[in-house]
Amino acid sequence: MTITPRAMGVAVDRFDGAAKVRGEARYAYEQPVDRPLYLYPLTAAVATGRIADIDCGAASAEPGVVAVLTYRNATRTAAIEDGELRILQSDEVAFRGQFIGGVVAETSEIARHAVSLVRVDYEERPHDVELREGRGDLRVPREVQPIFPMDTAEGDVDAALASAPVRVDQTYTTAWNNHNPIEPHTTIATWTGDRFTFYLSTQGVNGIQAAVAALFELGPDRVRVISPYVGGAFGSKARPHADVVLAALAARLVPDRPVKFALTRQQMFSQVGYRPPTVQRVRLGADAGGRLVALAHESIEPTSKLQEFAEHSTRATPTMYAAPNRRTRQRLAALDVPTPTIMRAPGEASGMFALESAMDEMAIACGLDPIEFRIRNDAQRHPHFGLPFSSRNLVACLREGARRFGWDGRDPTPGIRRTAGWLVGTGVAAATYPVLRLPGSMATIRVGPDERYTVLIAAADIGTGTWTALSQVAADALGVRVEQIDLRIGDTAYPKASNEGGSSGITSWGSAICEAADRLRDELARHGGAVPADGLEVTAAMPENPHISRYAMHAFGAQFAEVRVHAEIGEVRVRRQLGVFAVGRVVNPKTARSQLLGGMTMGLSMALHEQSVFDPRFAQVVTQDLATYHIASNADVGAVEVHWIDEDDPYVNPMGTKGVGEIGIVGAAAAIANAVHHATGVRVRDLPITLDKLLPAA
Amino acid sequence: MVDVEVSLRVDGTDHRLTVDTRTSVLDALRERLGNTSPKKGCDHGQCGACTVLLDGRRVNSCLALAVAHDGATVVTAAGLAPAGQLHPMQACFIRHDAFQCGYCTPGQIVSAVAMLAEAAAGWPSAVTADGAGRGGGAVVLDDDEIRERMSGNLCRCAAYANIVPAVAEMARR
Ligand code: FES
Ligand code: FES
Repeated sequence: MTITPRAMGVAVDRFDGAAKVRGEARYAYEQPVDRPLYLYPLTAAVATGRIADIDCGAASAEPGVVAVLTYRNATRTAAIEDGELRILQSDEVAFRGQFIGGVVAETSEIARHAVSLVRVDYEERPHDVELREGRGDLRVPREVQPIFPMDTAEGDVDAALASAPVRVDQTYTTAWNNHNPIEPHTTIATWTGDRFTFYLSTQGVNGIQAAVAALFELGPDRVRVISPYVGGAFGSKARPHADVVLAALAARLVPDRPVKFALTRQQMFSQVGYRPPTVQRVRLGADAGGRLVALAHESIEPTSKLQEFAEHSTRATPTMYAAPNRRTRQRLAALDVPTPTIMRAPGEASGMFALESAMDEMAIACGLDPIEFRIRNDAQRHPHFGLPFSSRNLVACLREGARRFGWDGRDPTPGIRRTAGWLVGTGVAAATYPVLRLPGSMATIRVGPDERYTVLIAAADIGTGTWTALSQVAADALGVRVEQIDLRIGDTAYPKASNEGGSSGITSWGSAICEAADRLRDELARHGGAVPADGLEVTAAMPENPHISRYAMHAFGAQFAEVRVHAEIGEVRVRRQLGVFAVGRVVNPKTARSQLLGGMTMGLSMALHEQSVFDPRFAQVVTQDLATYHIASNADVGAVEVHWIDEDDPYVNPMGTKGVGEIGIVGAAAAIANAVHHATGVRVRDLPITLDKLLPAA
Repeated sequence: MVDVEVSLRVDGTDHRLTVDTRTSVLDALRERLGNTSPKKGCDHGQCGACTVLLDGRRVNSCLALAVAHDGATVVTAAGLAPAGQLHPMQACFIRHDAFQCGYCTPGQIVSAVAMLAEAAAGWPSAVTADGAGRGGGAVVLDDDEIRERMSGNLCRCAAYANIVPAVAEMARR
């Protein structure tokens, strides 16, 4: 059933705003604890090999050092599948920078210094870090989301391509990107008696709880994880990483003393995952009327030998355009590198750069306006699943965006607009992201005779505005004012919640809350409509969505960009970005706009700046700080406009929402690359679009 | 390891504390005095999350050693307004939703407050037109000036397009 929007749709200031602007919202590392100790990690100085010897004598003798942790004294953890988490269990080194120990001391200064006193001798082995098409060991990854197969095929792509009058066949690459939330990964771990307590910066307290419980073979009730505020995440804090395990191992050595552990910015580049680089080949064939007859999209990417992760770059392709002959193909190479992970719009962010760049090239080859070309190839039913869409407003987004951006009358000729030494161009790209729901969420609602409703769910707010938006959802689910809602999140003491990831938060948690609200209404009815003196409490799980097998559910959008490229030095400035999105109902227009805006700006950053430079000789990222790994700063960003169209989708969930966290980044880089081509005539197919790639234009 | 005693006046309260000579002002505030309003994003001067007013000027407190600032006055975002109240800049940030996760935000706000004073005092920036601001006149803060002067404070949530109008609203007052 669908709930009636009263609180939803109202632009509300963030409930946690006052605490955040004063700096009084306490993030994990800032929680007050008694007599803390500080952990500093010891990291591997070779890419692969084994530790021949560790000498901890000098470190242990340092005043203020409480414990030195190595594989020799670490708790033996269970042999769980995720190799990324199995640290300090042997003398093996799997990648440069891997945690191999740590020092626990009375102050952070002492711990850090003492680590430098530990002497490690290694037996080094040659490493294998080269990603290329010709490797004999490329493999098909396991599915990330079960409904989206890694490889798809329909019709005869090769024959259709061979006979197509217009063809595009190009290879696009995206760079290694690191999430770099401004709050690094932080933990306070305490081992007391037979249980752990963690204050932790995470997208999902229950995932951390499950991983720690499995590793240390404890019942989940003996692992409490608390995470009220999270200083950004973007995927890096979705899955547990080795930093949590190291903190837990350290806490085991010093019972009853809280161990504080914050990764340095440099360690953030090897410990908490990254968006893997991709090499993508896109082949398009079109008929004389500008209709696609064939579409093939292939991607190869690295993962680590410890744990598989696939950036499903080709996932969006079978959703986007109607072409009778289609093929997508994903391949992975397992290398001696840290393990990649999900990063904002995993798959779509990389894949739609390639596909939407290729679509621009094909529009030009067909002599069609890129918006018109996309509209001509819009799919009516989902090309792969054959299902109708629960709602699909790609065309509406493109048209609305064109109108607002001032697209009409655009001269497609590249390289002819010049003002004051700058070449000017505009570009467009489409965006999409599936409506995902993650299993396992439950919600409890309590109401007292004072008509205040306490809503408990172990959900996360990583800056997305959950505190506010989920309260709005709860108010409408219960049919009460939002001021009557007292939301509690971010603690395993509350009912279990799925991760905040894949733009699934409101869908998953909101559906559980709506279900609990329904039950509460039933309970109330049983009590004659009045809340009894001792209150009422109900708990419900997220129900199945019966429409899932009948409709394909996806959000869509259109991204526009105007760039200037300096004619002599190739500097690119994005003067404006405009996005129009079809994301179902918008719960809080204020915070949702910020999410979309943030995604678009991160897309700008991906397009122009972000690249972790990997040195194959040493098997490590060498740009390990925010000076050499530039993320967009204030001066890099021009005017950004965010719009959405009214979209009423009764099938996705009771709120009618599709999620807004990811789609803002999807297609943003392609729109900018397409605008750069329009400005200069140079097609940059390798991100980021740095000055050197544009010098021939100048 | 060498310990020294220093005095710091933080958000209006005097403190006397013993610190390791390696302790930054940021760590002294956060780990010793329990004032976690300034944040640690990089610990080496590249993100601005740790920005405080140190003797009236905005600095990255991770780059300042406590031992070198004995007797200094520090103002954090928590001390810009009396407890429980908001500085007008903070109210502007909330109104414009100029943050998401909030981790860069105390630094952004302290930076913005100091930046308005710098512009009022006529300090030019890299985008200030030649001659403007010299001779004691205030620099007019258009969007490009705000963007430039706020670029020492990174925001990974990328609230920049909301930070600029929030600061512009204050600049107009
Ligand atoms: S923490 Fe000081 S500048 Fe980043
Ligand atoms: S609000 Fe999250 S980093 Fe700025």
